[in-house]
Amino acid sequence: MAVTTNILEERKGSISASNRKGISCEKESVSGAVSQRACVYCGARVVLNPITDAYHIVHGPIGCASYTWDIRGSLSSGSEIYRNSFSTDLRETDIVFGGAKKLNAAIDELMEKANPAPRLIFIYATCIVGVIGDDVDAVCRDAEQRYGIRVIPVKAPGFSGTKSLGYQMACDAMLQVMRPHKTQEKRFGINILGDYNLAGEMWIIKGYFEEIGIPVISTITGDSSYDRLIQTPAATLNIVQCAGSSAYLAERMEEEMGIPYVKVSFFGMEDTSASIIRVADALGDAEISARAREFAARHTAEVMPISEKYKPRLAGKKAAIFVGGGFKAISLIRQFNELGIKTVVVGTQTGKRDEYAVIESLVDADTIVLDDANPAELEQFMLEKGADILVGGVKERPLAYKLGIAFCDHNHERKHPLAGFAGIENFIKEINLSINSPIWRFLDREETAV
Amino acid sequence: MLDLTGKEVKERRALRVNPCKTCQPVGAMYAALGVKRCMPHSHGSQGCCSYHRTVLSRHFKEPAIASSSSFTEGASVFGGRSNINTAVKNVFDMYDPDIIAVHTTCLSETIGDDLISYIMDMDLPEGKTVVHCNTPSYVGSHINGFFNMMMGFMNYLTKKTGTSNGKAAIFPGWVNPGDIREIKRIAIAMGVPYIMFPDQSGVLDAPMTGKYEYYTNGGTTLPEIAALGDTDQLIALGEITNIEPAELLQKKWKVPYALLPMPVGVAYTDVYIMALQKFSKQEVPYELEEQRGQLVDLLLDSHPYTSGKKAAIFGDPDVVIGLTSLCLEADIIPQYVITGTPKEEFTRKVNALLTQYNAEGCTVKANADLFELHQWIKNEPVDLLIGSTYGKQIAKAEDIPFVRAGFPVLDRYAGTLLPIVGYTGAIRLVEKITEALMDRQDRDAADEDFEIVM
Repeated sequence: MAVTTNILEERKGSISASNRKGISCEKESVSGAVSQRACVYCGARVVLNPITDAYHIVHGPIGCASYTWDIRGSLSSGSEIYRNSFSTDLRETDIVFGGAKKLNAAIDELMEKANPAPRLIFIYATCIVGVIGDDVDAVCRDAEQRYGIRVIPVKAPGFSGTKSLGYQMACDAMLQVMRPHKTQEKRFGINILGDYNLAGEMWIIKGYFEEIGIPVISTITGDSSYDRLIQTPAATLNIVQCAGSSAYLAERMEEEMGIPYVKVSFFGMEDTSASIIRVADALGDAEISARAREFAARHTAEVMPISEKYKPRLAGKKAAIFVGGGFKAISLIRQFNELGIKTVVVGTQTGKRDEYAVIESLVDADTIVLDDANPAELEQFMLEKGADILVGGVKERPLAYKLGIAFCDHNHERKHPLAGFAGIENFIKEINLSINSPIWRFLDREETAV
Repeated sequence: MLDLTGKEVKERRALRVNPCKTCQPVGAMYAALGVKRCMPHSHGSQGCCSYHRTVLSRHFKEPAIASSSSFTEGASVFGGRSNINTAVKNVFDMYDPDIIAVHTTCLSETIGDDLISYIMDMDLPEGKTVVHCNTPSYVGSHINGFFNMMMGFMNYLTKKTGTSNGKAAIFPGWVNPGDIREIKRIAIAMGVPYIMFPDQSGVLDAPMTGKYEYYTNGGTTLPEIAALGDTDQLIALGEITNIEPAELLQKKWKVPYALLPMPVGVAYTDVYIMALQKFSKQEVPYELEEQRGQLVDLLLDSHPYTSGKKAAIFGDPDVVIGLTSLCLEADIIPQYVITGTPKEEFTRKVNALLTQYNAEGCTVKANADLFELHQWIKNEPVDLLIGSTYGKQIAKAEDIPFVRAGFPVLDRYAGTLLPIVGYTGAIRLVEKITEALMDRQDRDAADEDFEIVM
């Protein structure tokens, strides 16, 4: 198939194939590109949002509060406060005269009326707050003194960097909550970092560890709460699932609280088994290590037949991957390999250099690797490489469907857990449903006529 | 969320909880997607562009393209001139639209970017156009963004040749592509040659072809926008959304306008058809008469199930006014009627409508939010909730039948393909409303009251 090559000169360094010299990544987007990326605020918000009993107040015009109102399927076992949208809805007069007074008043109104009473408030300062000169730090400090609760500023103007910087700001905000509690007594157990409990995935992982005999002290940030956050310093080990958002937090916690960490991934058989064993081994208890191995072997054996059952329908298909972080892309490539599906295009929004190195080592020489791809590039390479399915997020879904390519949502909108052993079955079934849907028959009229 | 909403209503001045609106730029993006071969461009941080595209994709289940100036720290200090210049060059090079429609954001407005002079100084490729509008996110709502973008196109592109093109301009307001198709069908049936502006039909309801096109066959063409100045009459649907664009076309090119409500329900569809008739001087064809008759017949048949029921209606001003009118026609009491858009004109219009039907004791509010609405409902329950997806939390908490209409609907399919306007749209709405009410009646019925025939 002839595909027109219209790739911007500035973008060429961010695309690699065959003669790989390392990809250009961790950079700002090119002005004018139809980028699939979001902003600093978005990064901060998605990481902190699952803290279920926190009041998340967006200080800025209404949009940033509207677009992030209950957007992620991060499930809660307790409070539902985080599923509301709070903001100062700044108006023109606030822009002229400053918005700090309104922010103060908003906190007062919340403290006066909110039930249950807030113990933790995050104040997100969006694009213009710094520009109009609001001293958000001072407002938060005063409010903490006035009410004796935690009021944490998250100064995340969208323009100040990429989504990754927002992740880091979220981590810094959580560190502010944890620090006063860092001298508490240690307890044997782990914190799960970088799992947002989408479709209840964190609960699945937590269940595995508990079954093996590894207590989970706290989870960040899926199904988290103020009480759980302040317990995190007690843990003996941090495990980091979404490294893109949480590796920084793990590093800080290691330095400040002496908690070592291991990176894990619970997507796919290979990575799930390896991760469980790695965590168990890191705890240095032979009995737990043995149980972890037994557990992984047992579950792998259970899942194998499912994988084998669907393989004939899936083997030989070609996949395109476009996800947020590099670590997830790596897991997905492995998962597709397990099914006999070749990954022909792989891209991330915010992958790191070392992650791209792993990706490039896992895929064939002719696989296209992209950083911060735009729809034009995704389309071009998916068609060129004949991808049968795209794994991505909400913005990529309609693109895939329009091209007549199957789709699997591996982002905020996934409705079934895709992590752990249970997730393997769901993932295979979703892939199969989309690739082998009867709808594709209607695409080619001649075929339907038969 | 469910426990959070207490019964006790206290006035809030600073804190917005669960908004019933969003910011201007997404409206500008939606309007610009209704222009053929147009790339909407967001002049601000790239998160804005990403959020707007996401919400449009979630509502329409379609790709929504737009580019961004991708502001950096430097741009926020020194201004966004170099960002927009680079962006415009890149967009034309790479995506090859005929026109780029730039809208601003809270950031570029606050730092004072002067888009007029930036655009004037641009060296554009032959035959390419850049237009802009100002959409400060801290003024009005997404509705303002929608009409501001319309006016941006009109300011840059409309002309008057002195010779009438014999057409009517039709401004559909913020509706779904399915509505635009219905508005067109009625205009054609009434023999009115028209220019529809903007026109997202064929764009955000494009068929599956196995190909992905940035630019579909849909959308108002640039010559059509230019020719708005040569039209004989403007029929503007949606009094709140279209007042400013209508005034602009009149002031600029002396095109007289009929500013009408969104044609939802019997009366408002009649008003639209009468305006078309005034233009074409044609008899209303049997096709439309028949449908009107069917709708009235349906309202009569179903009225035992709708009469006296109480509804809460929320959303954007014009669609809410239309839905309120339809509810009153079905003898449903619009107990609470709110919009998040800060326009007092809304309150006046709805109250006038309530007076026409002698509906008393209803609460009407602009610049309201859904937390407030939820509190009212807790104090004095309703039988039916009509509005965007964001009502579903209230509907579940209070166990109220819920009909989705307006923007955004993020959790259901096919709604954007079908109309709520015109007699056809009203028939569809009455079906949805009666099904919601009667399903509830069935669900709650004791076995002995559970009936096959209703």
